[in-house]
Amino acid sequence: MPADPRGRALRIGIGGPVGSGKTALVAALCRLLAPEHSMVVVTNDIFTTEDAEALRRMAVLPDDRIVPVETGACPHTAIRDDISANLDAVEQLEAAHPGVEMTLVESGGDNLTAIFSRALVDVQIFVIDVAGGDKVPRKGGPGVTTADLLVINKTDLAALVHADLGVMDRDARARRGELPIAFTSLVHPEGAAAVAGWVRERLAAWSADPARV
Amino acid sequence: MHAAVLLLADGRLPTGGHAHSSGTESAVAIGDVIDLPTLRTHVRRRLATTGLVDAAFAAAACAQADGTAVRWRALAAELMARTGSPKLREVSITLGRQLLRTGRRAWPSPRYDVVHDALGGAVPQPLVMGLVVAAAGCSPADAALVELHHLVGSLTTAAVRLLGLDPFDVAALSASLAPEIEAWAATAANTCDADPSSLPGDVDLVTDVLAEHHTTWEVRLFAS
Repeated sequence: MPADPRGRALRIGIGGPVGSGKTALVAALCRLLAPEHSMVVVTNDIFTTEDAEALRRMAVLPDDRIVPVETGACPHTAIRDDISANLDAVEQLEAAHPGVEMTLVESGGDNLTAIFSRALVDVQIFVIDVAGGDKVPRKGGPGVTTADLLVINKTDLAALVHADLGVMDRDARARRGELPIAFTSLVHPEGAAAVAGWVRERLAAWSADPARV
Repeated sequence: MHAAVLLLADGRLPTGGHAHSSGTESAVAIGDVIDLPTLRTHVRRRLATTGLVDAAFAAAACAQADGTAVRWRALAAELMARTGSPKLREVSITLGRQLLRTGRRAWPSPRYDVVHDALGGAVPQPLVMGLVVAAAGCSPADAALVELHHLVGSLTTAAVRLLGLDPFDVAALSASLAPEIEAWAATAANTCDADPSSLPGDVDLVTDVLAEHHTTWEVRLFAS
């Protein structure tokens, strides 16, 4: 890390279980924020480079701003215990794009125990979804409990899967105290507006004083 | 034995190796490795070929960690000449860069910058291993042994994950190969002061070909 942390981009981790909507959130954030800010994305895929390719197909950023990392059999190891490959990718990508303000690191789909190392990201978002069941917030785990922002996605499916958003909100608050929660439906990028707003605040705080992020 | 050697040999030391199978995923896919006996054959073949080469270069790097830029460039060129697959060269450079980060933090040394600059930042993994082992106060023989230990660990761990082999059987397999691993490490360390061009060159072309094929798969569990 440079002596002055402001010399590099704000690094934001996006983690959560398989299928919860991490890639959709990354795509929506790029659409909403890239017009204002210089962004790059590192994706982690377990079996393929599918997430990076999906983002490239959606053309949310130029291809050379999206890089996949292959994580072997353990996606959580690559963001928590041995962040070597991810840190390497982040640093190379930031070096290739001088002046980049924000780096999104999307983890491979994992389980409720996944969490990013503080050496890899500055702040982290944990994404769960309504279709996974309204009991998930109560089950807790470090992502649900300690992530800087908890996103509860696919609210549009709540009625179809008999999930009670009120229960999820109540349980998540009980687990997280004052930490923020955002309910989203990412069928349209605008559904990520609240998350984008939170990211803008974090970026402003980082630019002003990294120690306070 | 130095405690540092144990740390360098620990698969949990963060160096990015966990994402790689060192060719086991390809060997499984073509049916070369299907069970414990075939895994044993595969590991023994790799010890005698890529393992010996990488261990010999790690030992040579460790023995002359204070070497000149000219010697480092010769070592790197000779090692890359023994690595036919462009993908494996790339993997070696990437793993070298990742191990260098660990080495800088855990065992600081001014030599890292010398070698990094001599090779334009592209330092193959065995050479970094030799440097880090030297910085940790350990010997060329240690460098060779640690390099071979990681090869065996990578091959066998991947086999457990891909084939669901009995992990106790696999641990016993690794233990039974200890004398062989030590013998190859001794052979590798013997040439640590030799001219880079005369270091072992027992390449394994099947590994090179399979590594290239692996890059074409649409779905794979390991990065190499």
